[in-house]
Amino acid sequence: MAKVLVYSTPTCPWCIRVKQFLTDNKIGFENYDVSADQAKAEEMIQKSGQMGVPVVEIDGTIIVGFDKERIKSTLGL
Amino acid sequence: MYDLIIIGAGPAGITAAVYAARKRLSILVITGNIGGQTAWSGDIENYTGYQFISGPDLAAKFEEHMRQYNIALKENESATAIKKNGDVIMVTTNMGSYESRSLIIASGKRTRDLNIPGEREYKNKGLTYCATCDGPLFSEKYVAVIGGGNSALDAALQLVNIASKVYIINNVSSLGGDAIMREKLESNSKVVIFNNSQVKAVLGEKFVKSIKILSPGGEIELPAQGVFVEIGLMPNSEFAQDLEKNKAGEIKVSSCNETSIPGIFAAGDVTDVPEKQIIIAAGEGAKAALNVFRYLSQHKFQDA
Repeated sequence: MAKVLVYSTPTCPWCIRVKQFLTDNKIGFENYDVSADQAKAEEMIQKSGQMGVPVVEIDGTIIVGFDKERIKSTLGL
Repeated sequence: MYDLIIIGAGPAGITAAVYAARKRLSILVITGNIGGQTAWSGDIENYTGYQFISGPDLAAKFEEHMRQYNIALKENESATAIKKNGDVIMVTTNMGSYESRSLIIASGKRTRDLNIPGEREYKNKGLTYCATCDGPLFSEKYVAVIGGGNSALDAALQLVNIASKVYIINNVSSLGGDAIMREKLESNSKVVIFNNSQVKAVLGEKFVKSIKILSPGGEIELPAQGVFVEIGLMPNSEFAQDLEKNKAGEIKVSSCNETSIPGIFAAGDVTDVPEKQIIIAAGEGAKAALNVFRYLSQHKFQDA
Protein backbone atom coordinates (compact mmCIF):
# COMPACT_ATOMS: atom_id res chain seq x y z
CA MET A 1 0.00 0.00 0.00
CA ALA A 2 1.53 3.29 -1.08
CA LYS A 3 1.98 6.03 1.48
CA VAL A 4 0.13 9.06 0.16
CA LEU A 5 0.35 12.59 1.57
CA VAL A 6 -1.70 15.55 0.33
CA TYR A 7 -0.66 19.14 1.08
CA SER A 8 -3.66 21.36 0.47
CA THR A 9 -5.71 24.38 1.50
CA PRO A 10 -9.43 24.09 2.22
CA THR A 11 -10.29 26.77 -0.36
CA CYS A 12 -8.52 25.55 -3.48
CA PRO A 13 -10.77 23.84 -6.04
CA TRP A 14 -8.05 21.46 -7.32
CA CYS A 15 -7.29 20.34 -3.77
CA ILE A 16 -10.90 19.27 -3.41
CA ARG A 17 -10.70 17.38 -6.70
CA VAL A 18 -7.47 15.60 -5.93
CA LYS A 19 -8.83 14.40 -2.57
CA GLN A 20 -12.07 13.33 -4.24
CA PHE A 21 -10.10 11.43 -6.87
CA LEU A 22 -8.10 9.53 -4.23
CA THR A 23 -11.24 8.75 -2.24
CA ASP A 24 -13.07 7.53 -5.38
CA ASN A 25 -10.16 5.20 -6.08
CA LYS A 26 -10.14 3.96 -2.49
CA ILE A 27 -6.63 5.31 -1.84
CA GLY A 28 -6.03 6.16 1.80
CA PHE A 29 -4.10 9.42 2.34
CA GLU A 30 -3.04 11.84 5.00
CA ASN A 31 -4.09 15.45 4.40
CA TYR A 32 -2.10 18.44 5.65
CA ASP A 33 -3.88 21.79 5.68
CA VAL A 34 -0.98 24.11 4.89
CA SER A 35 -3.11 27.20 5.58
CA ALA A 36 -3.30 26.20 9.25
CA ASP A 37 -0.03 24.28 9.69
CA GLN A 38 2.96 26.53 9.00
CA ALA A 39 5.49 23.74 9.58
CA LYS A 40 3.81 21.56 6.96
CA ALA A 41 3.65 24.54 4.59
CA GLU A 42 7.45 24.93 4.91
CA GLU A 43 7.87 21.19 4.41
CA MET A 44 5.78 21.30 1.24
CA ILE A 45 7.79 24.22 -0.17
CA GLN A 46 11.05 22.44 0.73
CA LYS A 47 9.99 19.16 -0.90
CA SER A 48 8.36 20.55 -4.05
CA GLY A 49 10.50 23.64 -4.58
CA GLN A 50 7.40 25.73 -5.18
CA MET A 51 4.43 27.25 -3.38
CA GLY A 52 1.36 26.11 -5.33
CA VAL A 53 -1.20 23.69 -3.92
CA PRO A 54 -2.11 20.87 -4.07
CA VAL A 55 1.07 18.83 -3.73
CA VAL A 56 0.74 15.04 -3.61
CA GLU A 57 3.51 12.80 -2.32
CA ILE A 58 3.31 9.12 -3.20
CA ASP A 59 6.05 7.01 -1.59
CA GLY A 60 8.46 9.93 -1.90
CA THR A 61 7.47 10.98 -5.42
CA ILE A 62 6.30 14.61 -5.51
CA ILE A 63 3.49 15.59 -7.87
CA VAL A 64 2.51 19.26 -8.11
CA GLY A 65 -1.10 20.08 -9.01
CA PHE A 66 -3.95 17.69 -9.82
CA ASP A 67 -2.02 15.75 -12.46
CA LYS A 68 -4.44 12.85 -12.80
CA GLU A 69 -2.32 10.84 -15.24
CA ARG A 70 0.86 11.04 -13.12
CA ILE A 71 -1.02 10.22 -9.94
CA LYS A 72 -2.57 7.20 -11.66
CA SER A 73 0.71 5.91 -13.09
CA THR A 74 2.60 6.46 -9.83
CA LEU A 75 -0.07 4.55 -7.93
CA GLY A 76 -0.27 1.89 -10.66
CA LEU A 77 -4.00 2.45 -11.22
CA MET B 1 -13.92 13.34 -41.39
CA TYR B 2 -16.08 14.32 -38.43
CA ASP B 3 -19.45 16.03 -38.64
CA LEU B 4 -18.37 18.37 -35.87
CA ILE B 5 -15.20 19.30 -34.02
CA ILE B 6 -15.55 21.18 -30.75
CA ILE B 7 -12.55 23.08 -29.41
CA GLY B 8 -12.80 23.43 -25.63
CA ALA B 9 -14.57 21.50 -22.87
CA GLY B 10 -15.88 24.09 -20.45
CA PRO B 11 -19.63 24.60 -20.00
CA ALA B 12 -20.08 25.77 -23.61
CA GLY B 13 -18.07 22.97 -25.26
CA ILE B 14 -19.48 20.20 -23.10
CA THR B 15 -23.09 21.32 -23.54
CA ALA B 16 -22.54 21.58 -27.30
CA ALA B 17 -21.10 18.04 -27.28
CA VAL B 18 -24.11 16.65 -25.38
CA TYR B 19 -26.60 18.33 -27.72
CA ALA B 20 -24.71 17.25 -30.83
CA ALA B 21 -24.35 13.67 -29.55
CA ARG B 22 -28.11 13.52 -29.08
CA LYS B 23 -28.46 14.51 -32.75
CA ARG B 24 -26.21 11.52 -33.53
CA LEU B 25 -23.46 13.61 -35.09
CA SER B 26 -19.94 12.22 -35.14
CA ILE B 27 -17.99 14.47 -32.82
CA LEU B 28 -14.43 15.14 -31.77
CA VAL B 29 -13.73 17.31 -28.71
CA ILE B 30 -10.24 18.82 -28.49
CA THR B 31 -9.31 20.47 -25.22
CA GLY B 32 -6.47 21.32 -22.87
CA ASN B 33 -8.51 20.47 -19.79
CA ILE B 34 -12.05 19.54 -18.86
CA GLY B 35 -14.21 22.04 -17.02
CA GLY B 36 -12.48 25.24 -18.08
CA GLN B 37 -12.84 28.18 -15.69
CA THR B 38 -15.70 26.38 -13.91
CA ALA B 39 -13.18 23.96 -12.45
CA TRP B 40 -11.35 26.93 -10.94
CA SER B 41 -14.41 28.61 -9.50
CA GLY B 42 -15.17 28.63 -5.81
CA ASP B 43 -18.77 28.40 -4.71
CA ILE B 44 -21.51 28.59 -7.33
CA GLU B 45 -24.96 29.63 -6.15
CA ASN B 46 -26.60 30.73 -9.39
CA TYR B 47 -26.61 27.66 -11.64
CA THR B 48 -30.28 26.70 -11.83
CA GLY B 49 -31.07 23.44 -10.11
CA TYR B 50 -28.22 23.79 -7.63
CA GLN B 51 -28.72 26.14 -4.73
CA PHE B 52 -25.08 25.52 -3.95
CA ILE B 53 -22.35 23.59 -5.73
CA SER B 54 -18.57 24.03 -5.84
CA GLY B 55 -16.86 24.75 -9.16
CA PRO B 56 -14.96 21.45 -9.24
CA ASP B 57 -18.15 19.50 -8.44
CA LEU B 58 -20.12 21.19 -11.21
CA ALA B 59 -17.24 20.61 -13.65
CA ALA B 60 -17.17 16.93 -12.63
CA LYS B 61 -20.92 16.68 -13.30
CA PHE B 62 -20.46 18.27 -16.72
CA GLU B 63 -17.74 15.76 -17.54
CA GLU B 64 -19.80 12.82 -16.31
CA HIS B 65 -22.73 13.97 -18.47
CA MET B 66 -20.53 14.23 -21.58
CA ARG B 67 -18.99 10.80 -20.98
CA GLN B 68 -22.48 9.21 -21.10
CA TYR B 69 -22.22 9.60 -24.87
CA ASN B 70 -19.85 8.15 -27.39
CA ILE B 71 -17.74 11.24 -28.03
CA ALA B 72 -14.13 11.14 -29.21
CA LEU B 73 -12.06 13.23 -26.81
CA LYS B 74 -8.50 14.56 -27.08
CA GLU B 75 -7.37 15.93 -23.72
CA ASN B 76 -4.17 17.92 -23.08
CA GLU B 77 -4.27 19.05 -26.68
CA SER B 78 -4.66 22.60 -27.94
CA ALA B 79 -5.61 24.02 -31.31
CA THR B 80 -2.94 26.06 -33.06
CA ALA B 81 -4.68 26.87 -36.36
CA ILE B 82 -7.94 26.44 -38.24
CA LYS B 83 -8.41 26.59 -41.97
CA LYS B 84 -11.37 26.11 -44.27
CA ASN B 85 -10.74 24.69 -47.75
CA GLY B 86 -13.92 24.30 -49.79
CA ASP B 87 -16.27 22.53 -47.41
CA VAL B 88 -13.57 20.95 -45.27
CA ILE B 89 -12.51 22.55 -42.01
CA MET B 90 -9.04 21.57 -40.88
CA VAL B 91 -8.07 21.94 -37.22
CA THR B 92 -4.36 21.76 -36.46
CA THR B 93 -3.21 21.11 -32.89
CA ASN B 94 0.09 20.64 -31.10
CA MET B 95 -0.37 16.89 -31.68
CA GLY B 96 -1.88 16.51 -35.15
CA SER B 97 -4.60 17.66 -37.50
CA TYR B 98 -8.25 16.74 -37.94
CA GLU B 99 -10.94 17.32 -40.56
CA SER B 100 -14.56 18.17 -40.06
CA ARG B 101 -17.61 19.54 -41.83
CA SER B 102 -18.32 22.01 -39.03
CA LEU B 103 -16.61 23.52 -36.00
CA ILE B 104 -17.63 25.04 -32.69
CA ILE B 105 -14.99 27.15 -30.96
CA ALA B 106 -15.64 27.12 -27.21
CA SER B 107 -12.10 27.69 -26.02
CA GLY B 108 -12.99 30.18 -23.30
CA LYS B 109 -10.71 32.60 -21.56
CA ARG B 110 -7.52 32.43 -19.52
CA THR B 111 -5.94 34.68 -16.92
CA ARG B 112 -4.03 37.55 -18.45
CA ASP B 113 -0.25 37.51 -18.03
CA LEU B 114 1.86 40.50 -16.97
CA ASN B 115 4.54 39.85 -19.61
CA ILE B 116 7.36 41.19 -17.48
CA PRO B 117 10.76 39.79 -16.45
CA GLY B 118 10.49 37.25 -13.64
CA GLU B 119 6.88 36.32 -14.26
CA ARG B 120 7.60 32.93 -15.79
CA GLU B 121 10.55 32.11 -13.50
CA TYR B 122 8.60 32.76 -10.31
CA LYS B 123 5.27 31.22 -11.27
CA ASN B 124 4.25 29.08 -8.27
CA LYS B 125 7.39 30.31 -6.51
CA GLY B 126 5.60 33.20 -4.93
CA LEU B 127 3.79 34.42 -8.04
CA THR B 128 0.28 33.08 -8.47
CA TYR B 129 -2.95 33.72 -10.31
CA CYS B 130 -5.22 32.21 -7.64
CA ALA B 131 -5.53 34.00 -4.29
CA THR B 132 -8.22 31.59 -3.20
CA CYS B 133 -5.88 28.62 -3.73
CA ASP B 134 -2.49 29.86 -2.65
CA GLY B 135 -3.28 32.85 -0.42
CA PRO B 136 -3.16 30.87 2.84
CA LEU B 137 0.53 30.09 2.25
CA PHE B 138 1.47 33.73 2.81
CA SER B 139 0.59 33.98 6.46
CA GLU B 140 2.36 36.98 8.09
CA LYS B 141 4.21 37.75 4.85
CA TYR B 142 4.34 40.82 2.60
CA VAL B 143 2.28 40.39 -0.57
CA ALA B 144 1.44 42.45 -3.64
CA VAL B 145 -1.78 42.30 -5.64
CA ILE B 146 -1.43 43.43 -9.23
CA GLY B 147 -4.64 44.93 -10.63
CA GLY B 148 -7.40 47.32 -9.62
CA GLY B 149 -10.67 45.68 -10.66
CA ASN B 150 -13.09 43.49 -8.74
CA SER B 151 -10.98 40.33 -8.90
CA ALA B 152 -7.96 42.25 -7.57
CA LEU B 153 -10.00 43.77 -4.74
CA ASP B 154 -11.43 40.36 -3.91
CA ALA B 155 -7.93 38.89 -3.74
CA ALA B 156 -6.70 41.78 -1.58
CA LEU B 157 -9.62 41.38 0.83
CA GLN B 158 -8.82 37.69 1.23
CA LEU B 159 -5.17 38.51 1.81
CA VAL B 160 -5.63 41.19 4.50
CA ASN B 161 -6.78 38.39 6.81
CA ILE B 162 -3.64 36.37 6.13
CA ALA B 163 -0.67 38.56 5.24
CA SER B 164 0.97 41.28 7.34
CA LYS B 165 1.16 43.80 4.48
CA VAL B 166 -0.82 44.04 1.24
CA TYR B 167 0.36 46.28 -1.59
CA ILE B 168 -2.08 46.96 -4.40
CA ILE B 169 -0.47 47.98 -7.68
CA ASN B 170 -3.04 49.64 -9.91
CA ASN B 171 -2.15 51.11 -13.30
CA VAL B 172 -4.89 53.76 -13.43
CA SER B 173 -5.64 56.76 -11.18
CA SER B 174 -8.07 55.05 -8.79
CA LEU B 175 -9.29 51.57 -7.92
CA GLY B 176 -12.27 50.21 -9.83
CA GLY B 177 -14.59 47.50 -8.55
CA ASP B 178 -17.36 47.73 -5.98
CA ALA B 179 -17.38 50.74 -3.66
CA ILE B 180 -17.93 48.62 -0.58
CA MET B 181 -14.81 46.52 -1.27
CA ARG B 182 -12.76 49.60 -2.10
CA GLU B 183 -13.70 51.33 1.16
CA LYS B 184 -12.82 48.26 3.21
CA LEU B 185 -9.34 48.19 1.69
CA GLU B 186 -8.73 51.94 1.84
CA SER B 187 -9.50 51.97 5.57
CA ASN B 188 -7.30 48.94 6.38
CA SER B 189 -3.94 49.85 7.89
CA LYS B 190 -2.24 46.79 6.36
CA VAL B 191 -3.04 48.00 2.84
CA VAL B 192 -0.92 50.37 0.75
CA ILE B 193 -2.32 51.37 -2.63
CA PHE B 194 -0.10 52.50 -5.51
CA ASN B 195 -2.19 54.14 -8.23
CA ASN B 196 -0.88 55.09 -11.69
CA SER B 197 1.79 52.44 -11.20
CA GLN B 198 3.13 49.57 -13.31
CA VAL B 199 4.98 46.47 -12.25
CA LYS B 200 8.29 46.29 -14.10
CA ALA B 201 9.84 43.08 -12.76
CA VAL B 202 9.49 40.28 -10.24
CA LEU B 203 12.75 39.69 -8.38
CA GLY B 204 14.08 36.99 -6.09
CA GLU B 205 16.37 34.03 -5.73
CA LYS B 206 14.70 30.64 -5.43
CA PHE B 207 11.45 32.36 -4.46
CA VAL B 208 10.05 35.84 -4.93
CA LYS B 209 11.59 38.50 -2.69
CA SER B 210 10.43 41.77 -4.18
CA ILE B 211 8.83 43.57 -7.09
CA LYS B 212 10.01 46.60 -8.95
CA ILE B 213 7.31 49.15 -9.76
CA LEU B 214 7.21 52.42 -11.63
CA SER B 215 4.98 54.89 -9.80
CA PRO B 216 4.56 58.65 -10.33
CA GLY B 217 7.25 59.18 -7.66
CA GLY B 218 9.77 57.09 -9.58
CA GLU B 219 10.99 53.51 -9.51
CA ILE B 220 10.44 51.67 -6.22
CA GLU B 221 11.40 48.19 -5.06
CA LEU B 222 8.81 46.72 -2.68
CA PRO B 223 9.57 43.70 -0.52
CA ALA B 224 7.02 40.96 -1.25
CA GLN B 225 7.11 37.18 -0.85
CA GLY B 226 3.82 36.76 -2.65
CA VAL B 227 2.65 38.32 -5.94
CA PHE B 228 -0.98 37.86 -6.95
CA VAL B 229 -1.73 38.67 -10.58
CA GLU B 230 -5.35 39.77 -11.02
CA ILE B 231 -5.47 41.75 -14.24
CA GLY B 232 -8.42 40.05 -15.83
CA LEU B 233 -8.93 37.48 -18.55
CA MET B 234 -8.18 37.16 -22.23
CA PRO B 235 -9.93 35.05 -24.88
CA ASN B 236 -8.23 31.91 -26.22
CA SER B 237 -8.81 32.99 -29.79
CA GLU B 238 -5.31 33.43 -31.25
CA PHE B 239 -5.52 30.25 -33.35
CA ALA B 240 -8.69 31.52 -35.08
CA GLN B 241 -6.78 33.95 -37.26
CA ASP B 242 -9.25 34.36 -40.11
CA LEU B 243 -12.33 35.07 -37.98
CA GLU B 244 -13.72 38.50 -37.22
CA LYS B 245 -13.08 39.57 -33.62
CA ASN B 246 -13.77 42.62 -31.48
CA LYS B 247 -11.08 44.82 -29.90
CA ALA B 248 -10.79 42.51 -26.90
CA GLY B 249 -10.01 39.60 -29.22
CA GLU B 250 -13.40 37.95 -28.67
CA ILE B 251 -14.84 36.14 -31.69
CA LYS B 252 -17.86 37.97 -33.12
CA VAL B 253 -20.96 35.79 -33.36
CA SER B 254 -24.52 36.20 -34.59
CA SER B 255 -27.48 35.32 -32.39
CA CYS B 256 -27.23 31.86 -34.01
CA ASN B 257 -23.55 31.53 -32.96
CA GLU B 258 -22.29 31.90 -36.54
CA THR B 259 -18.83 33.42 -37.02
CA SER B 260 -17.67 35.28 -40.11
CA ILE B 261 -16.92 31.93 -41.83
CA PRO B 262 -19.89 29.63 -42.67
CA GLY B 263 -19.64 26.27 -40.91
CA ILE B 264 -17.54 27.73 -38.09
CA PHE B 265 -19.52 28.55 -34.97
CA ALA B 266 -18.42 29.82 -31.56
CA ALA B 267 -19.91 29.80 -28.08
CA GLY B 268 -19.27 30.93 -24.53
CA ASP B 269 -16.63 33.23 -23.06
CA VAL B 270 -14.43 33.24 -26.16
CA THR B 271 -17.19 35.10 -28.04
CA ASP B 272 -18.49 38.67 -27.83
CA VAL B 273 -21.73 37.48 -26.20
CA PRO B 274 -22.57 39.90 -23.38
CA GLU B 275 -22.24 38.51 -19.82
CA LYS B 276 -19.79 35.75 -19.04
CA GLN B 277 -21.57 33.25 -16.83
CA ILE B 278 -21.48 29.45 -16.59
CA ILE B 279 -25.16 29.14 -17.35
CA ILE B 280 -24.92 31.52 -20.30
CA ALA B 281 -21.92 29.65 -21.73
CA ALA B 282 -23.84 26.38 -21.38
CA GLY B 283 -26.89 27.87 -23.11
CA GLU B 284 -24.75 29.29 -25.91
CA GLY B 285 -23.15 25.86 -26.38
CA ALA B 286 -26.57 24.26 -26.77
CA LYS B 287 -27.63 26.92 -29.25
CA ALA B 288 -24.44 26.52 -31.27
CA ALA B 289 -24.91 22.74 -31.51
CA LEU B 290 -28.50 23.09 -32.70
CA ASN B 291 -27.42 25.62 -35.31
CA VAL B 292 -24.62 23.30 -36.44
CA PHE B 293 -27.20 20.55 -36.87
CA ARG B 294 -29.34 22.87 -38.99
CA TYR B 295 -26.31 23.92 -41.05
CA LEU B 296 -25.28 20.30 -41.68
CA SER B 297 -28.77 19.29 -42.79
CA GLN B 298 -29.34 22.31 -45.02
CA HIS B 299 -25.92 22.92 -46.55
CA LYS B 300 -25.13 21.21 -49.86
CA PHE B 301 -21.61 19.85 -49.37
CA GLN B 302 -19.44 19.83 -52.51
CA ASP B 303 -18.01 16.37 -51.89
CA ALA B 304 -21.31 14.77 -50.82
